[in-house]
Amino acid sequence: MKNTSLASLQVGQQGTVTEIEESSPMGRRLRDMGLVRGTPVRCLQLSPLGDPAAYLIRGAVIALRRADSRQVRVAL
Amino acid sequence: MGLTRCSTGLGAVDCGLTVQRLAESDRVFALAGNPNVGKSTVFNALTGMNQHTGNWPGKTVATAQGRCVRQGQGIVFVDLPGTYSLLAHSAEEEAARDFLCFGGGDGVVVVCDATCLERNLNLVLQVLEITPRVVVCVNLLDEAARKGIRVDLAELEKSLGVPVVGTSARSGRGLEELLCRLRQLPPGGGNPLRVVYPQVVEDGISLLLPALRPVVGGRLSCRWLALRLLEGDTGITRPLTGFLGEDIAARPEVAEALEAARELLAQRGWGPRELEEAFVGAIVATAESVASGAVCAPADRGQELDRRLDRLFTSRATGIPVMVLLLVGVLWLTIVGANYPSQLLSAGLFWAGDRLREALAAWGAPDWLLGLAVDGAYKVLAWVVAVMLPPMAIFFPLFTLLEDLGYLPRVAFNLDRCFQCARACGKQSLTMLMGFGCNAAGVTGCRIIDSPRERLIAIITNSFVPCNGRYPTLILLITIFFIGEGDGPLASVLSALCLTGVILLGIGATLLVSRILSATLLRGVPSAFALELPPYRRPQVGKVLVRSVLDRTLFVLGRAAAVAAPAGVVIWLMANTAVGDTTLLARCAALLDPLGRLLGMDGVLLLAFILGFPANEIVLPIAIMTYLSAGSLAELGSTAQLRELLAANGWTWATAGSVILFSLMHWPCSTTCLTIRKETGSWRWTAVAMLAPTVAGMLLCFLFTAAVGLLKLA
Repeated sequence: MKNTSLASLQVGQQGTVTEIEESSPMGRRLRDMGLVRGTPVRCLQLSPLGDPAAYLIRGAVIALRRADSRQVRVAL
Repeated sequence: MGLTRCSTGLGAVDCGLTVQRLAESDRVFALAGNPNVGKSTVFNALTGMNQHTGNWPGKTVATAQGRCVRQGQGIVFVDLPGTYSLLAHSAEEEAARDFLCFGGGDGVVVVCDATCLERNLNLVLQVLEITPRVVVCVNLLDEAARKGIRVDLAELEKSLGVPVVGTSARSGRGLEELLCRLRQLPPGGGNPLRVVYPQVVEDGISLLLPALRPVVGGRLSCRWLALRLLEGDTGITRPLTGFLGEDIAARPEVAEALEAARELLAQRGWGPRELEEAFVGAIVATAESVASGAVCAPADRGQELDRRLDRLFTSRATGIPVMVLLLVGVLWLTIVGANYPSQLLSAGLFWAGDRLREALAAWGAPDWLLGLAVDGAYKVLAWVVAVMLPPMAIFFPLFTLLEDLGYLPRVAFNLDRCFQCARACGKQSLTMLMGFGCNAAGVTGCRIIDSPRERLIAIITNSFVPCNGRYPTLILLITIFFIGEGDGPLASVLSALCLTGVILLGIGATLLVSRILSATLLRGVPSAFALELPPYRRPQVGKVLVRSVLDRTLFVLGRAAAVAAPAGVVIWLMANTAVGDTTLLARCAALLDPLGRLLGMDGVLLLAFILGFPANEIVLPIAIMTYLSAGSLAELGSTAQLRELLAANGWTWATAGSVILFSLMHWPCSTTCLTIRKETGSWRWTAVAMLAPTVAGMLLCFLFTAAVGLLKLA
């Protein structure tokens, strides 16, 4: 199990959320979308300009900016 | 910050939450649901109304109400803004929560997306904590079936403990059953599934319940209230106090119980953060287990086609080229499609104008009345209908089709990097795209942006992209002065490319001005945001075409009658009122002329822009009428004649360039200004929103004219 941030997932790679950083204003919003500890996340693709990236979260496709996805720790 | 509580978000939505019962016996149901689950489609189908629908999250920013009658029973539906949850604190979520808790409705329909049921159940469970009077509507069943996803409605009903109805609102399937289940819903509601929290939280709730029950009675769910008190949710205090008539947290027995519960939690090491995680965690886990029992989906959830389309629309290699191609394509179709109806309308309306003049003359009308009615009101009206209406009526449905398909969020995804550099919210691209249809709608749409700073930026810069009412002017001038009279397909493609360039310039200006605002008036860094890319949906081509062509046509016709005809009267009066040895019109034009010249235009054009404040589509018609009233040319059938007229008034391609630039960037129309005032609650920000594009436009026109003059190009 390798621990990294959501932002460093490669396209096609899947991870499991281990922690969302405390100070992140994103935390609540992500949790509302079902992203909590233990949720599997897959990076689907990057936008043409490289940022943001689209993630598959509980069947929905959600785009997150790198600055925000860095706040989420995932285990590969 | 000019934003005030009563003028934005909740305040703006509040006025919509006063339920309008037609009869005493009417029952009231709220429609709640995640963004983009087809809530508005369900609402429209139930009430026979025409709320705007489209495939992107956050489209319904204002609440709507509608009524239907079944077997003598009136049912009022309140369409709440879409929310993912009732726990977070955006204006929409507060509005939805307050209506559910304190709105006094008879029940709630929670609309869910069958293709993504698990996440939707989070909201269902949260609503069930507030009230047991819930009917769950699993919508988009047709969509789910196409993806191989099966939902066991009976099983779902069993686990949730409230009625569950399956619908496909777009085709109307299941809606009668929904109404039937709503009528049968007992006043006490169902026996809903309860989310179970960790033991220590449950102990805290048990401590609070005895203190709350005597005070609250049956008016609210005490368990839900206990959870909010434990959480220390301050946003609920004000509406709660208003609803109960007292601040319950100030009651000694409640305060005591709350203290005891908090102490208990603190002893076990539970802070606000642990609590929040436990709340969400328990809900998510419950949703997961309910969904796993009721949903049967293939491994890829039937998303293969969506992913393939995403690769086409948003990948590094094809995303941006496809986007530009689509833009050019839509504009080309608009130009080509508008050409023929425009000629036909023009011929027909001017023929009718002559008959009108003859009829009035035969009736013995005096000359001034003939002039006022035919040369003034009728001609401007005819111009707006013949030349301005066709492109507007064609662009709009094409835009709506892309919106229906779900393409708009993809554009936001593609462009987000640019908005990040401008320190703006990524959702601003969505509101900017709405601006292509109508700037006022774009400004209202800015409610989807949570941060007040970013919302103001989006509002102020919205009119930097040309709205539907400005395309005809741009198209006409591009065709006449830059492409020439060629009728071949090449000419129309070139026109479309030129127009694309103008639009890209508008987008560039939007980004630049956003960046400047971020560094000056509205300093700050972008806040976090998550943008959902919804599944693609097959657009309802027939319906969209009929609806938007009709809606647009009626809207533009109505506005033309309300605005263009009076403007025509004003112009005619000004042209025929003598002040000294010259007409009032010539006076005004002469007054504005120096400034107009500086900007590469003339006084007449500037006057037309000013008189065109109520609606952008009347600017060019007014200018043309003004030229006509001074000149000798009486008729204006073809674009060749128009070119002649404009050239006779000193136009060159550089004049056309300046008009195009100024049309792209000047003060927003009056409707947009009023909307900005309403959305920001401040005349100061409205003034900024008017000044920003005006200053940018003047600067650009001035530089353009100076450059042309220096290089002796024209």
